[in-house]
Amino acid sequence: MDIFTQQLVNGLVLGSIYALVALGYTMVYGILELINFAHGEVTMIGAMVALSVIGVLAGVAPDLPGVLVVLGGILVAIPACMLLAFGIEKIAYRPLRKAPRLAPLITAIGVSIILQNLAMLIWGRQYVSFPEILPTTKFEFLGAHISLLQIAIVVLALTIMAGLWLLVEKTRLGRAMRATAQSREVAELMGVNVDRVISATFIIGAAIAVIAGVMVSAYYGLAHYYMGFMLGLKAFSAAVLGGIGNIAGAMLGGLLLGVIEALGAGYIGDITGGFLGSHYQDVFAFFVLIGVLVFRPSGLLGERVANRA
Amino acid sequence: MNRALDGLRKRPRLTAILLAILLAALPFMMGFGLGNSWVRVLDFVLLYVLLAIGLNIVVGYAGLLDLGYIAFYALGAYLYAWLASPHFGLHLPFWLVLPIGAMLAGLFGVLLGAPTLRLRGDYLAIVTLGFGEIIRIFMNNLNAPFNLTNGPQGMNLIDPVSIAGFSFGKPLHVFGMTFPPTYFYYYLFLAFTLLAIFVALRLQDSRIGRAWAAIREDEIAAAAMGINTRNMKLLAFAMGATFGGLAGGLFAAFQGFISPESFNLWESILVLCMIVLGGMGNIPGVILGAVLLTAIPEALRYLGDFQRATLGHVAVDPADLRMLLFGVALVAMMLFRPAGLLPSRQRKREFAAEDGVAEQEQASLYDARA
Repeated sequence: MDIFTQQLVNGLVLGSIYALVALGYTMVYGILELINFAHGEVTMIGAMVALSVIGVLAGVAPDLPGVLVVLGGILVAIPACMLLAFGIEKIAYRPLRKAPRLAPLITAIGVSIILQNLAMLIWGRQYVSFPEILPTTKFEFLGAHISLLQIAIVVLALTIMAGLWLLVEKTRLGRAMRATAQSREVAELMGVNVDRVISATFIIGAAIAVIAGVMVSAYYGLAHYYMGFMLGLKAFSAAVLGGIGNIAGAMLGGLLLGVIEALGAGYIGDITGGFLGSHYQDVFAFFVLIGVLVFRPSGLLGERVANRA
Repeated sequence: MNRALDGLRKRPRLTAILLAILLAALPFMMGFGLGNSWVRVLDFVLLYVLLAIGLNIVVGYAGLLDLGYIAFYALGAYLYAWLASPHFGLHLPFWLVLPIGAMLAGLFGVLLGAPTLRLRGDYLAIVTLGFGEIIRIFMNNLNAPFNLTNGPQGMNLIDPVSIAGFSFGKPLHVFGMTFPPTYFYYYLFLAFTLLAIFVALRLQDSRIGRAWAAIREDEIAAAAMGINTRNMKLLAFAMGATFGGLAGGLFAAFQGFISPESFNLWESILVLCMIVLGGMGNIPGVILGAVLLTAIPEALRYLGDFQRATLGHVAVDPADLRMLLFGVALVAMMLFRPAGLLPSRQRKREFAAEDGVAEQEQASLYDARA
């Protein structure tokens, strides 16, 4: 029971981070039908920028409470990554809107490689560690240890998801985004500035990604120029799991993937009689992903649309 | 220059002879001109051409976006290592091991293809990606409870290819010159690559190739025309995987060492970039893409010399810079030639067509709206 609750908690924390990154993938996919491969890298850049700022702040003002320092880092990183995402879309994707669908995928991969190597040049190949400035209070709950950080991550993630939900459902911009996702041409005819909506989508996704990136680095205590790759891969899997293009699906998929992964890693040894160990965690996630897609090809919450005729 | 090209086009036999001489002399030209390390690059170019041709069958011909292609390459390589290295004490000859590896990979192609038949577009991409990762993670971890893959350390001392008692493993000394094994492998790889090109070209216009094109453009219409879409898709997966497995076996013999590191997702993506960049579905384009993307990173190794010559010192480590420039090149080439450097005739037509029509046509390629 202890292991179960502990892994469930760990899974939920990890899952809410996946979900936040997955939102960026799914929003862009919903509108452009493009796998924005560079999104994981934007997350990484966000974490790196924030960590640099946090490092400077913690050095200059050691008396400042840790939460404020982290907040400062995030506040600097968000505009930086918004600008980055805006630029990526403008330079690498917009000219290719009418090109075959695989062309922007290749530029996305190219941008991904560029960002990764830029980060390596700027921050080096080593792990950048997260300064220990956040409170490390722990609670006991049903036999599991829960840290304040974990609670903060889940609560913040849920708040952001709710905020995004409101944005998409209740505001003018949200309505424009939904209209663009349904049909770019018709939205344009109705007076929606499609280019601006697409830019906004990238920018919002980047802002959320920064927060997710800082969460990951705070949770694991480090950041690395390569961290965006696996995170992006998992997040994209989560988005597909939930039904890509569907915002609620991305949230569900992220949480589910996190929990499955954590429980899988915790129990895989017992299930297979010690044959497979916890380093098969990633395999577990992908097996579940394949299983779900085989039985429900459009994802959990994806709409079942009749085949294009 | 143009007149010379026209002249060649009118004399296909002369062109073929000139090309054959060029291909036969290439390693010597490279070896004496640029150094023996470039012969090794040449070998890798051929391996990647082989891989790209295989993936092109799946992606370019049949329109199934496969992001886990490298898994088949890995299977071919590991099978070669199991059957021809001290790991299990087996030393079977390569002409036996290669076909077994290719067949195993083909079998896995069908195994992967079967459950994914209903998936389309990007869903298929993510499932194949997952499959590739699963294979890699297993290779990484199957050193316990029994040692199958030797884990992250990989397997070494793999037998080199040997034909009629002549081992490719040792350099050859003739006429006072030394030729490293890379020369022999060049001709071996060239033979396999030419075979693959021949098969791929013949497939393209065959009944099967036309069925694949029909599925790619509109699966429902293809089914309505009486094409067995299930079998045809499985065949595409199997054929592509077979080429991948073959290339993997050659790679293992050539390197003498394999580890899971060589088979990560980036390799799959790299091969995909080759075919998209070169011109999907078009064999000359695919070859060009493979040549460029293998040669560019190698050529960028000279960045260090370049910096020394211009700045007087090495400001940025060329190893760090070259992947960056590779990314820039990828983006730039795609922005200027979105249909690839050498698009197939059909895609060129789609681009030349009126905007609206072209858009509609292209939407059908790799459409994910399931």
